[in-house]
Amino acid sequence: MAITLSGDQALPGPPLSSRLTPAQVWGIILLAPYLLVFLAFVVYPVCYGLWLARAPANYVALYNDPIFARAAVNTLIFLVIGINIKMLIALFLSGFFAVQRPWIKWLSVIFILPWAVPSIPTILSVRFMFNPEWGMVNHFIFSLTGEDGPNWLNDPTVALTMAIGVHIWKSLPFWTLILITGRLAISHDLFEAAEVDGASWWQKFRYITWPSMQTLYITCTLLSMIWTLGDFNSVYLLTGGGPADLTHVLATLGIRYLRLDQLSLAMASIVCAMPFVLPLVYFMMKRLSR
Amino acid sequence: MKLPGVSEFSWRDVATEARLLLIGIPVFLWTMIPIYHMFLFAISPKEDAFSGKLWPDHPTLHNFEIVFKQQHYFLRDFYIQFWNSTVIAVSVGVLTLVIATGAAFSISRLKVPGGRAVMNLALFTYFIPAAFLAVPMYRTMGNYGLLNNHWSLILAMVTIASPYAIWVLKQASDKLPVELDEAAVMDGATTLQIFRLVYVPLMMPSLVAIGTYAVLLAWNEYLYAFLLLSNDREITLPVALGNFLAADDSPWELLMTTGFIYALPPAAIYYAFRRYMVGGLTAGAVKS
Repeated sequence: MAITLSGDQALPGPPLSSRLTPAQVWGIILLAPYLLVFLAFVVYPVCYGLWLARAPANYVALYNDPIFARAAVNTLIFLVIGINIKMLIALFLSGFFAVQRPWIKWLSVIFILPWAVPSIPTILSVRFMFNPEWGMVNHFIFSLTGEDGPNWLNDPTVALTMAIGVHIWKSLPFWTLILITGRLAISHDLFEAAEVDGASWWQKFRYITWPSMQTLYITCTLLSMIWTLGDFNSVYLLTGGGPADLTHVLATLGIRYLRLDQLSLAMASIVCAMPFVLPLVYFMMKRLSR
Repeated sequence: MKLPGVSEFSWRDVATEARLLLIGIPVFLWTMIPIYHMFLFAISPKEDAFSGKLWPDHPTLHNFEIVFKQQHYFLRDFYIQFWNSTVIAVSVGVLTLVIATGAAFSISRLKVPGGRAVMNLALFTYFIPAAFLAVPMYRTMGNYGLLNNHWSLILAMVTIASPYAIWVLKQASDKLPVELDEAAVMDGATTLQIFRLVYVPLMMPSLVAIGTYAVLLAWNEYLYAFLLLSNDREITLPVALGNFLAADDSPWELLMTTGFIYALPPAAIYYAFRRYMVGGLTAGAVKS
């Protein structure tokens, strides 16, 4: 960036320093640290990674690895089902938290906790809660029915569902908070007028809330999908990718290859995720530049 | 509409309240159960924790004593790991503030050519999912010779925190009136004086929010810490917690106690700065 910038400036006329005001010189100096960080830790790694993933043999190896196909499917389930459920709940709860009650205000303060505390201790806490022998859930099931509870994390479908649950638990407060901000920005007069006209709860939502929030809602959904592609913790800390590597998502799979010292495979698996990422990024860019 | 001081009893209100509670109670339970479960383990002796009781027969602080005296194999470096986490989080906070404030001032107030383009490129960082950047970042840190060095984690976290920090600070500084800078220039202030004496003091609330954000981000980070640091005396607390899992007979009650101690500072910091955080960090969300 800096190169093209100074290049454009240097071409016509006198040398750079004499054409810039002192303020602009300071501007470049103050911007330089970030540019250096960006070049060294974003541009270089990304280019280097793409270069490592260039050999077609990597993709053949991935294609032959059954874990990869499974991880790709899991990732799709995580994004398409998990995120949409999360955002719908967030939209619903943003309406709930917008209600003016003292106890709801207190609840909203507590509600933010999962987002404020680090994920590792809480995810491990959930993991133990569902431990088949010692966990609280199966103790509870036993005392209720006298039967042993299921071996939760040993069934890939249940384990993946729970990983999605953990992800929702962790990030729901953040998205709810954003949607509450959006909801509070809607003019109150509209709702009062609708009240006078005798609009139902659904009509108010359909004709006032949704039209003013749909842009924000869709932007949030897309962003959340992009970020969730990189969600390593929910799966890794809860299931470790198991049982039998059946609950990996692309994020944990890439790290798994990395730990096995197969860096080019790790990068190739990420390149394979580009068909997911690029459309999302494209829509995001279009939305943001409008 | 109710008049103040006049309480009108109506079934309609009761029904509304009941419906709200019907949402509120599950939300409360959903939020608190994993956290309560962690707390329960921290105050339970091992037998009680493993027997699925909702409250231990003999609540105890013994687990905390073991952690604080480092009396377990897994905890032998507890203090140094806590210190590592602290140093890294604070360094990330300070460095992010320095880099992002400079960049935001440069883009928003000095209108440096190409500034907006830089900011858009910076935000592009967030379109690379975290785990995907982590893989090449790991190799890059190796090339720079920074693996197993705290600087690798600090720089990685600064890279991730900065774009958002710049964006929020730019939004905030766009709201400061231009006349301020003009008046200062009239009085003969240099650019640096404007930055130091006018800009930074006025931006204080946003700076507090961004500093807190960066500190929390670094303190809570697991993936990068786990990849970039591996030596027992260099790792941060979350990595140490993850290492507990490697053993078959993990002392879960100690794991939960350590986790609880680790989770306390960010929760406390968040609530202490909540006023700044919510306003400062979501300000840009509803701009459009």
